[in-house]
Amino acid sequence: MFAAAMVGVLVTMLLALVAAVRGPTVYDRILAVNMFGTKTVLLIAVAGFLAGRPEFLDLALVYALVNFIGTIAVLKFSRFGNLGRDDRRSLL
Amino acid sequence: MSVALESASWIFLIAGAGFCVIGGIGLLRMPDFYARTHAAGVTDTMGAGLVLIGLMLQAPTALIGIKLVIILGFLWLVGPTAGHALFKAAYADGVKIHEGPDIAAQVAAEMTDETNTQSPDPEDGDAVPD
Repeated sequence: MFAAAMVGVLVTMLLALVAAVRGPTVYDRILAVNMFGTKTVLLIAVAGFLAGRPEFLDLALVYALVNFIGTIAVLKFSRFGNLGRDDRRSLL
Repeated sequence: MSVALESASWIFLIAGAGFCVIGGIGLLRMPDFYARTHAAGVTDTMGAGLVLIGLMLQAPTALIGIKLVIILGFLWLVGPTAGHALFKAAYADGVKIHEGPDIAAQVAAEMTDETNTQSPDPEDGDAVPD
């Protein structure tokens, strides 16, 4: 049954990749990549149970954190053009 | 492990995988970006929640169950937040909303056509066969 859930998650990741390649706007691509990252968290968790090593859950937790930060970073980059804008410099 | 717990875990896992696949199909087939946000949100909350609850029912130790709860809470907190940020950024950038056919106007036009072309039925009792 873990294998069946894993196959479902893998199919979803494939669909998300197709949507990321096909998406007309940059927001469609960010949405698809964000969904791909969430499904990666699920895949790591299910793979850990499938292999009998649930210690993989630590990796899943770290990947969930990194995925959210990455999504927000790409959104900010697509909005402002850079990530490290210094607001104080605009006052001078 | 009892059979009931294991079968409940299987049901949760299969339902979660099904929700994930349905959301992936919706991501490809929805007409505009905002509807696609909805399809991706289904997989982020319902699909991930069902799969992780299904794993929780088979957790060998309490620590692994707690880790699963932490992952699930974080995903439920972060998925809608990222979706909202994306939605707001796209709306501020002027991504067009898909407008389908105006069904209300079509129905109204059909109703007026029916009332105009509708002729009073001749009464059958008066029709005398020759």
